[in-house]
Amino acid sequence: MMTEKRHSFWRDVAKYRTLLIMISPAVLLVLLFSYIPMAGIVIAFKQFNYTGGVFGSPWAGFDNFKFFFQSGDAWRVTRNTALYNIGFMVLGNLLQIAAAVLLFEVGGKWFRKIIQSALFLPYFISWVVVGSIAYNFFSYDVGAINNVLASLGMERIDIYNTPAYWPYILVFFHTWKLLGYGTVMYLAAITSIDTEMYEAAEMDGANVFQRIMKVTIPNLIPTFIILALLAVGNIFRGDFGMFYNVIGNNGMLFSATDVIDTFVFRLLMNTNDFGMSSAAGVYQSVLGFVTILAVNYAVRKYDKDRALF
Amino acid sequence: MQGLSVRSSRQKDRLLLSLIGYAMLGVMAFICVVPFVIVLSSSLTDENTIRMNGFGLIPKVFSAEAYRMIFEYPDDIVRAYGVTLVVTAIGTALGLFLTAMTAYVLCRKDFKWRNHFAFYFFFTTLFSGGLVPWYLLIVNYLDMKNTLAALIIPTLVNVFYIMVMRAFLAGIPDAISESAKIDGAGDFRIFLSLILPLSKPALATVGLFLALGHWNDWYSALLFISDDKLMPLQYYLYQMLGNLEGMRKAMLSSGTDISANIPGESLKMAMTVVACGPILFAYPFIQKYFVQGLTIGAVKG
Repeated sequence: MMTEKRHSFWRDVAKYRTLLIMISPAVLLVLLFSYIPMAGIVIAFKQFNYTGGVFGSPWAGFDNFKFFFQSGDAWRVTRNTALYNIGFMVLGNLLQIAAAVLLFEVGGKWFRKIIQSALFLPYFISWVVVGSIAYNFFSYDVGAINNVLASLGMERIDIYNTPAYWPYILVFFHTWKLLGYGTVMYLAAITSIDTEMYEAAEMDGANVFQRIMKVTIPNLIPTFIILALLAVGNIFRGDFGMFYNVIGNNGMLFSATDVIDTFVFRLLMNTNDFGMSSAAGVYQSVLGFVTILAVNYAVRKYDKDRALF
Repeated sequence: MQGLSVRSSRQKDRLLLSLIGYAMLGVMAFICVVPFVIVLSSSLTDENTIRMNGFGLIPKVFSAEAYRMIFEYPDDIVRAYGVTLVVTAIGTALGLFLTAMTAYVLCRKDFKWRNHFAFYFFFTTLFSGGLVPWYLLIVNYLDMKNTLAALIIPTLVNVFYIMVMRAFLAGIPDAISESAKIDGAGDFRIFLSLILPLSKPALATVGLFLALGHWNDWYSALLFISDDKLMPLQYYLYQMLGNLEGMRKAMLSSGTDISANIPGESLKMAMTVVACGPILFAYPFIQKYFVQGLTIGAVKG
C-alpha cells in the first residue's frame, strides 16, 4: 500500500516534470522571500544582536510585546491604521461610484475619455512625487495654500506642525490617487449590466435618478462587497509609501499619523530595535490574518459565492 | 397630454443629471490635474518670486534656471535614470515571464497539484513574517545590500499578478493545450509558442503594471541602497527633496558660488517634473492597457 502510494507519487512527478520545472522558479522565490522569513518570527521573542543573529541571540520571552503594548504605541498605531483605512475605503468607494455612474450617464465619447484620463492620472505617479506635491501645497512659507491665505490678508497656517489637519489631508491624497483606478473598475461593472434592465425600468416609468438608484447602484453592490472585503481584510496594513512620503520623519505629527508600518520601519531603520520592531510586525501579521479569516468566515456563512476563499 | 408632461419631466431630470454630472466630474478632474499644473509652473518660476509669493498656478516671473541647474551637472540624474531603466527593464521582462509561466501551470486543469500550488502562493498574501526577518534575510544572509539585485529579485514574483494572469489564461480554451499535446508538443513549447502569443493583451497589461511598479519604486532603495551610484530615480528625488542641504554642499565643493541664489524651491519642483516626466508622456498611450487590465479583473473577480 505504502510503496504503491510512493510509487504513484514519483510517477506523477515524472509525468508533470515539465510543468513542475516551469513552476519551480516562482515556487523557490516565494519560498525564499515569503516562507523562510516566516521562521524569522522568532526574532520577536529574542533580544536580537548581530553576533548571535536570528537563531543565536538570547531569548526574551514576551518582553518585546510587553514593551510594545505597555508603551501605548500599540494602541495608537493600531487605531490610526484602522481609522485611516476605514476613511480611505468609505470616501474612496463613495466618490469612485459617483464618478463611475456620472461618467456612464453624461457626456459624449470625448468628454468621457478626457475625464477618465484626468481622474486616472494621479495613479501613475510615485508617492515620492505625491510627497513633493503635498509640500508644494502645504509648506509654511511657499505653499500654495498659505500663499492664497496670505494674499487674502489671512494668517498663515503651520500645517506641517499641526497634527489635527493630517487625517483630512491624508484621506484626501489617498482618495485622490486611487479615484481613477476605482472609477475604471466600477465603470467596467456598470458597462456589464444587462441593458434590458434599463429598458424595463424605463418602461415602468422610472426617471434617470430612480433608474440609477434602483438598477445601477444595486448592480454595483457585488463589486463593492469584494472591494470592501479586501479593504476590511487589509485594515491593519498601512500604506507605508503614502505615510512615509507625505509625513516623512516629522515627529510632530506622529500622534495623528503614525501607522503600524511606519512604526515598524522606524524601529528597524532608525533605532535598530529589531526585537520590538519584529514584535510589532508579528502583531500586525497575526491581527491581519485573524481579521481576514474572520471576515471570510462571516461572508461564507452569509453567501458562499462572495467569499474570498 | 399626460404623455407629453411625462416626457418633459423626464427631459428635466436628464438635464438636472447632466448638470450635476458635468459639474461634479469637472471638479474632480480639475482637482486630479491641477497639482501637476502647479508643480510644473513652480518649476518654471523664478526662485525669488516663489520665496515672495509662493507656488502658484501660473509662473509670475518665468525662469528655467532650475532645469538649467539640473542639467548643468547631469551625472547624478542620468545615472539615476540609468539605474531605474535597467531595473525596470530586467524586473519587468523577468517578472512578466515568470508570472505568465506560473499562471499557465496553475490553470492547466490536468495538473494534479495545481490547487496545492495555488494555495501555496495565495497563503503569502494572507500571512507574512513581517518586515524585520525579510530585511535581515536580504541584508545579512543574502548579502544583497547595495546591489541592483536587491531592487529586482525580492519583488520579482507578485502573487497578485499571478492571480490576475491566471484569471485571464483561464479564458483560453483547454483544447489548445490538449491538441498540441496530442501533436507531441512539450508543455514549455506549448506555453512559449501557443499560449504567450494568445495572451498578448494580458501580457501588455500585467507588464505595464510591473513596469510602473518598478519605475515608481523607491521603497526597495530606501531599505537596501545607500550607495549614491545605485540610487534609482524616485529615491534620488526623495533624497533630494529631503536633503537640499546636501545638494548645496555638493555645489559648494564643485566650486559654484554659494552666494548665488540657489533655486531650492523651484529645483525641488523641477526634479519632481524630471522624475515623473516620462510616465506622463507615455500616459496617453499606455492608459488603455491599464483600463483593460482592471476590466479583466473586475469581470473575472
